[in-house]
Amino acid sequence: MAEKLIGQDISPPDLVAKITGRAKYSEDFRADGMIFAKLLLSPMPHCRVRRIDASAALAMEGVFGMLTADDVPAVDAPGEPCLTNEPLYEGEAILAIAAVDETTAAEAIEAIKIDYEPLPFVLTPLDSLKPDGPNGRLEGNTRVGREIKTIKWTQEDFDIAGPGKMPMGEPSDEWTVGDIEKGFSEAKVILDETVVHQSLSHHPMEPRSTMAYWKNGKIYMHTSTQSVARTRASLANMLDLDIEDVVLVGEFCGGGFGSKISGSPIMQVPAHLSRKLNRPVMLRITRYEENYLGRARPGMQARIKIGFREDGRITALDIYALGDGGPYGTNDHMSGGSTASLAYQPLNQRQRGVGVYTNTPPKAAQRGPGGAQYIGMLEPLMDKAARELGIDRLDLRRINAPDGNSVFGPRQGGLTSVHVKEAIEKGVELFGWDERIQRSGQLNGTKKTGIGLAVSPYTAGSTGFDGLLVIRPDGKLQIHQGIGNLGTHSIADTGRAAADVLGLQWEDCEIVWGDTSQHLPWSSVQAGSQTTFAHTRANHAAGMDAKQKLQEIAALDLGGSPSDYETSDGRVFHRSNPSRGMSLGAAAERAISLGGTYSGAEPAEDLNDMTKMAVRGLEGKGLVAAARDNYPREGAIQSWVVGFAEVEVDVETGQVDLINYTGVADVGTVLHPRSLRAQGLGGSIQGMGIAMSQKWVFDPVWGVSFANRLYTARPPGILDVPPDMDWAAVEIPDPQNPVGAKGIGEPPVGAGSAALTSAIADALDGQCLCRTPLTADVILSEIEGREPAYGPLDLHV
Amino acid sequence: MAIIRDMISGFELFQPTAVDDAIELLSRYGDDGWVLSGGLDSFDWFKDRIKKPTAVVDLTNVEELKGVRISSDGVEIGAMTTITEVSKHPHLLENYSILAQAAGHIATPQIRNRGTLGGNLSQDTRCWYYRSGWPCYRAGGNVCYAGTPTSMNREHCITGASRCVAVNPSDSAPALIALGAQFVIRGPGGEKIVEAQDYFMSPAVDIQRMTVLEPDELLTSIRIPTTWSGAGFYYEKMEDRKAWDFALMSVASAIKMSGGIIEDARLAVNGVAPFPVRLEVVESFIKGKEPTDELGMAAGQLSLSTTNAQPLRHNDFKLPLMRNLVRRSIRGTEG
Repeated sequence: MAEKLIGQDISPPDLVAKITGRAKYSEDFRADGMIFAKLLLSPMPHCRVRRIDASAALAMEGVFGMLTADDVPAVDAPGEPCLTNEPLYEGEAILAIAAVDETTAAEAIEAIKIDYEPLPFVLTPLDSLKPDGPNGRLEGNTRVGREIKTIKWTQEDFDIAGPGKMPMGEPSDEWTVGDIEKGFSEAKVILDETVVHQSLSHHPMEPRSTMAYWKNGKIYMHTSTQSVARTRASLANMLDLDIEDVVLVGEFCGGGFGSKISGSPIMQVPAHLSRKLNRPVMLRITRYEENYLGRARPGMQARIKIGFREDGRITALDIYALGDGGPYGTNDHMSGGSTASLAYQPLNQRQRGVGVYTNTPPKAAQRGPGGAQYIGMLEPLMDKAARELGIDRLDLRRINAPDGNSVFGPRQGGLTSVHVKEAIEKGVELFGWDERIQRSGQLNGTKKTGIGLAVSPYTAGSTGFDGLLVIRPDGKLQIHQGIGNLGTHSIADTGRAAADVLGLQWEDCEIVWGDTSQHLPWSSVQAGSQTTFAHTRANHAAGMDAKQKLQEIAALDLGGSPSDYETSDGRVFHRSNPSRGMSLGAAAERAISLGGTYSGAEPAEDLNDMTKMAVRGLEGKGLVAAARDNYPREGAIQSWVVGFAEVEVDVETGQVDLINYTGVADVGTVLHPRSLRAQGLGGSIQGMGIAMSQKWVFDPVWGVSFANRLYTARPPGILDVPPDMDWAAVEIPDPQNPVGAKGIGEPPVGAGSAALTSAIADALDGQCLCRTPLTADVILSEIEGREPAYGPLDLHV
Repeated sequence: MAIIRDMISGFELFQPTAVDDAIELLSRYGDDGWVLSGGLDSFDWFKDRIKKPTAVVDLTNVEELKGVRISSDGVEIGAMTTITEVSKHPHLLENYSILAQAAGHIATPQIRNRGTLGGNLSQDTRCWYYRSGWPCYRAGGNVCYAGTPTSMNREHCITGASRCVAVNPSDSAPALIALGAQFVIRGPGGEKIVEAQDYFMSPAVDIQRMTVLEPDELLTSIRIPTTWSGAGFYYEKMEDRKAWDFALMSVASAIKMSGGIIEDARLAVNGVAPFPVRLEVVESFIKGKEPTDELGMAAGQLSLSTTNAQPLRHNDFKLPLMRNLVRRSIRGTEG
């Protein structure tokens, strides 16, 4: 019997190509006659294009043509077009020029004369809600239900709040569980804080480049995307094509963090240009363009009121959050409320908010959307409350953490599993909390030690997708993956659920991914930490289908009933007489000759159409097994990371040094220890960037951004963290996944961010600064007792 | 004209092998010429298409501009010596450690391999209004966008402003000022030598230049006298990240002690003005005194008053930071 693959470290199939530089990313592809496109971006935060004079550009030698908003399908507001005549943020794409090379295309762009009519703009939610505040869109400043509306708060709303406190006028969204006033009446300690969380760009290393060409009515696209099956579907939708007329190649993706979930609007530009000019078109997005087109996490301006009972139990949590929606909207400010409900189990909760359209780059999910911001804003307040209550910070987390019977969110649903309390205890031991906490507040030279912790849950799975396998005549198992290759190893790791069902060695498995012409099944998006849970289930289901077919074929040829047969080590054999059996290769040959459901000729009825198409396409290649994940599931799938941090704050400069970070996860069964550690610590470091350095800066008068380069946006670098961070998992299987696994991608972000802000506050004697990032200037001003350079509600600074 | 970024325009590339040939080329092209050393500063300008020289003179192949030469008078470092070499050179580490230390804080290891000491000293400011191509004073216009009451100017200056409020970004400059270095400049008329602090240009004199270099002149080498060899040194760079960041502020000091008393001292800070600032008043003040925290604090306060430091809208933190960095440069960090 082969040893189970799940739980072992493996080398993923894309590793060698990546580290040798041979992996082909979208911009590495070429096609005969290919030309290059360049974009003209809006120089203003909101304007109307009155007139475009491209005559000089189009007359230039080597220029093939232009694509403007008039050439592409119109999109109903607030949908996002790929090109526009009414740019809603600085950096929005207005037109594209295609030329023989990029140098020529760039010169042609410079030769274009455009007449712009400036329109009113707004950069932050609160500014738009002022009685005379501008709207980010001509149609209004927020979305209520399906309609765009305008919400303005009254001067009285602002007066009641007073200076430095966030006003709370009419919300666009609201939910309540329990009785919030009753909850506060039972509280001994009540905090009421105004908090600001920055917006920040995703900045994946690979910009979203795309090459497209048409052949016989089909579009062929090489694009940088997180997902494959789902991006194919979104492209078909954007281009108004049948899904079978879209061939998508995206074998490698240099990061997305949620910004390339199912592609992005700009990938339509080379598709339309290619159709218009009848040539393959490459659009390489530059780092500068990526800053604008590449999506961002919505920042928030928030008012948070929390009531604690004497024993530390949270009796009431009342959050009012304004989301920096960009021109096309956001829901992070509301969705984070469910994460807060889950993490702290408040006895009563009210969640209110307005997602406000702003003239800043578009927002999208960013690794832990909503949840990461909320944990980042709330955890420092937990520490502050612990001090006021005189309760140990760990105990405050323990008493409010959920257990197996807990429910959460506006619908008060349960969970598939939750072991956060075990994660806290494991982390306390691994981090050495009891020893480190002795150093809390100690001054060594000019450096003061702070100890912090954070508890961060996030959605970690979905269900109902398809698995697709082929057992080939050479005995190998082909695992077809429609998810994307985002660098998380999901394409390999989730396939092992199928290999283990069949008892195969990893060497006998091949992963097929990244090219829809290779027959890929319908899959979850490679996002929302979904694939681990969703595709271990789908591949397990397909593995069971393969196993059953092997058993049937063996019984057919060798006698007895299918249940008499077992599969392992490349054979299907009789349980009581293992020599009575056949190789998987021989069984695959039989499957081909049997046809019907065995060969791929007759896909199962409940499969998605895209999977059925793939199954039929594989007919004759071997034993084709495909199944939908019909396993039962009750409750939400949530994973947890508990983060612990020790920092030293230099009291003379405000500089923060991270001394240690330790993370412990509740992610069910560990599929791949090395990969889990990389995801856990990588996500935590991304969170540390939120806490320490990464930001947006806009000039408030001109409405344009300055943190538009990597060095000015300041995502964290590897030297900003210690080399010896610790990582562990509680390793208690989730009962609703056949292999016990849950996702990991997102919960580390909130843990990394909040553990650091918590530790910094601890070093500042418990002073919570209620904003991120906590750069040295902010900390030094606090230590020196100077007037802060930024107001409590200032965003994009 | 519409704007497009991140795409270098064409230019004619010259790769001379001798200084005099490079100068000849620069004389020929005048304002249309451009000196390229490591490229971090140049390529940013080129990619943004804000600077479009017709002739780029790449100094990479000029061997006489490279290397560290040790003599009895001190040490002479060619302007095209890589920052990595400066940061790891045993003689510099042993005798002039603040320079090696400052070099080790520049950018990233990869950039230090390409970047040169001369380039680091001669680079342009990073004011993001100016670098975004806005028509400010420094760009030849008639307004400063960074100095208004609403501007985003956390990184900008607290002293030395004259219409322009940008800061000098060089990490090595304060170390070389503290070491009493001299810069060797060659032009069509021959060679001249300037004191380190005199190499840098105040916007009050010429707002469009960061250094005294004329378009047809090259910085060829940096000479460090033995004066401060073996003195007590202090260097510190404050930055938002531990790599690939320009300094919020940096400080360098060289202090000679005698019997527990400061015998002689040189101090410089950068990130506070459009040019690196030598603090001569502070140097005189601390001479003959014990380097205690009290002295450091008084010297730090003096550094603010003597430079008439005033914050802009978003950089008030630079006042306590300058005070504390000067304080630490005298007292050390253990106090």
